[in-house]
Amino acid sequence: MNRALCSRAYLLCFSKSKSLPFEWMDRAIKLQLSTSEMNYFPDEVIEHIFDFIASHRDRNSISLVSKSWHKIERYSRHQVFIGNCYAISPERLIRRFPCLRSLTLKGKPHFADFNLVPHEWGGFLHPWIDALSKARVGLEELRLKRMVVSDESLELLSRSFVSFKSLVLVSCDGFTTNGLASIAANCRNLRELDLQENEIDDHRGQWLNCFPDSCTTLVSLNFACLEGEINLSALERLVARSPNLKSLKVNRAVPLDALTRLMSCAPQLVDLGVGCYENEPEAESFDSLMAAIKKCTLLRSLSGFSEVAPVCLTAFYPICENLTSLNLSYAAEIQGNHLIEFVQFCKRLQLLWILDSIGDKGLEVVASSCKELQELRVFPSDPHDEEDNNTAVTEVGLVAISAGCPKLHSILYFCKQMTNAALITVAKNCPNFIRFRLCILEPTKPDHITSQSLDEGFGAIVQFCKGLRRLSVSGLLTDKVFLYIGMYAEQLEMLSIAFAGDTDKGMLYVLNGCKKLRKLEIRDSPFGNAALLADVGKYETMRSLWMSSCEVTLGGCKRLARNAPWLNVEIINENENGRMERNEEDEREKVDKLYLYRTVVGTRKDAPPCVTIL
Amino acid sequence: MANESNLAHEITELRLGLPGDIIVTGKKRVSSEVESELKCEPATKSQVVGWPPVCSFRRKNSLEETRTAYVKVSVDGAAFLRKIDLKMYKRYQDLASALQILFGCFITFDGTLKESECVPIYEDKDGDWMLAGDVPWEMFVASCKRLRVMKRSVMK
Repeated sequence: MNRALCSRAYLLCFSKSKSLPFEWMDRAIKLQLSTSEMNYFPDEVIEHIFDFIASHRDRNSISLVSKSWHKIERYSRHQVFIGNCYAISPERLIRRFPCLRSLTLKGKPHFADFNLVPHEWGGFLHPWIDALSKARVGLEELRLKRMVVSDESLELLSRSFVSFKSLVLVSCDGFTTNGLASIAANCRNLRELDLQENEIDDHRGQWLNCFPDSCTTLVSLNFACLEGEINLSALERLVARSPNLKSLKVNRAVPLDALTRLMSCAPQLVDLGVGCYENEPEAESFDSLMAAIKKCTLLRSLSGFSEVAPVCLTAFYPICENLTSLNLSYAAEIQGNHLIEFVQFCKRLQLLWILDSIGDKGLEVVASSCKELQELRVFPSDPHDEEDNNTAVTEVGLVAISAGCPKLHSILYFCKQMTNAALITVAKNCPNFIRFRLCILEPTKPDHITSQSLDEGFGAIVQFCKGLRRLSVSGLLTDKVFLYIGMYAEQLEMLSIAFAGDTDKGMLYVLNGCKKLRKLEIRDSPFGNAALLADVGKYETMRSLWMSSCEVTLGGCKRLARNAPWLNVEIINENENGRMERNEEDEREKVDKLYLYRTVVGTRKDAPPCVTIL
Repeated sequence: MANESNLAHEITELRLGLPGDIIVTGKKRVSSEVESELKCEPATKSQVVGWPPVCSFRRKNSLEETRTAYVKVSVDGAAFLRKIDLKMYKRYQDLASALQILFGCFITFDGTLKESECVPIYEDKDGDWMLAGDVPWEMFVASCKRLRVMKRSVMK
């Protein structure tokens, strides 16, 4: 395997590099060099070859080849991805990769998105910034997901890293616009400030003013998730002095005429997020907007539109044929017919995020118009079905999409009902699925025509989609679906289960069968200690396991923790005020929430009272 | 349906629904008072925590209607109309207090003061003028487009 990796690296390198001497190129291509032969090359050459290997998994593999390769790889590694911030400590990270420039960190488990994890659970950024700052690491990029970020951390970040270029925060919380002000004021080389779906305490201050006049390097600015007012003229001046700006996503406080002015001074925009315009604009404003939009011939991606009058969408008709990415999933005010009218002209669309108000009819239009579609997400506009509306989507829309869009590989679909027949058709139409997430709004709902479970439907998905990496199942499901998943889903890395299965066998099928499983998250399913404890070694091959409202008991969890000291086994119990008592009786008590993950640094010290680490 | 004795009991309670408010088991449309008590228990599937799995940011920003509900309020005899955000209030009582502050008129929404001078009516999504106070608070907020406080003298 490593030999093949080497050869590939060589060929990659030599196809791109003109700086290596001919005799080396010649030798490499003619001979299949083994690693020991490669060691005759100077380190710089090997390092140069490694530069072409970007994927962190490949780099992890290279580092295992030999001691010298491990060392070279360490010092040449600039990008590190840490999927669980508690799996490793900042100090160990820095010791191994002192030349780190780009760091990605993920904190809270995925189900935190759905309010299943207490707010104070953890995932704090500060220790990382503190350590990186003290070690004088030349940090340039930081990407965070579900971390708790404080203004102090942002301030420290902004002062510690001279070359800092890019900050991307996704689903984070704990900071205010004051933290943003520090970033704006102190990061002299800032290129990217991308805030996605964060909970930010908006002090409605002047953070945008804090970008100095000398800051002209911005390439991407996204503050769509901010709730408050911003200084419009500061924004306009910032955009005007940022000739490299490609991506701009504004928040709801940016009115129509301001948007027009922004677009007029940034016709080079590729990615635009639009604010909020409740009222129908005046004819003149509308015409100005349309004129500005026409000039943005490079525009490929459009998003925003929360609380927007439908007519504003029509202003974008002139460029809709160029769009490759469209996110209207926050456009609750735009009705299905307007969505359909717009989307039918977006012939080059590759990514579409939309609300189910588009309806099955709308999805049929998408299927016939958007032949380049690769990723589709359909979100529920009425998640609790309170209005009993008939415009939500069903299996009909899904089948239409699968039939019409040959390049589709990722789907997230919220719907009212599903059938096995439809899922089987979809599986046969789209064998290239990488991600398939289906959420039937009513838990444990069966096939609405046959009243049977959806085991066969999902079974077909895993059987036909041989490259499937991510799967979320829903509806009425027995142990059988997990038998299928264990049998067929060979590439599956992440599985989400809710209200499914009958016995421990279900979970065991998955743990035994899915060799590449990294993340398993389960809620409200009857899996217990037998499944949890059957193969403790399996968890070393996985990033994490989440189980909530299942049948596992405290006793089972304790046994697991004893047998697997390299795991952190966390019990989250929000009903108790303090740590759980440890008397005999409790052993049989069911655990509300269990979260376990492999780690090389043992028990974390920052857990709140509601979390007990066994 | 509530029987006679229940009705008699409920009429004497001070609360903001009409007498005879019942819990409809299908859709769980309850009077605002009762609903606030029920909120802590996941009574139906639709109230299960974290289901459907839509992330909380998305829930806040698109699904639960828009975040403000400004409506024009006119009171007979007042020189100017006002605009108020119905989302600022959680129940009819709060709205009544606000109107009292803004206009000085004393109204109730539960029909108890039948002799009162001021009658609150509202224009709903269909354009019909309705007596305010019949439906649960959330339903009222969702359907109210305009509010008017009529003086009884005008009605006759």
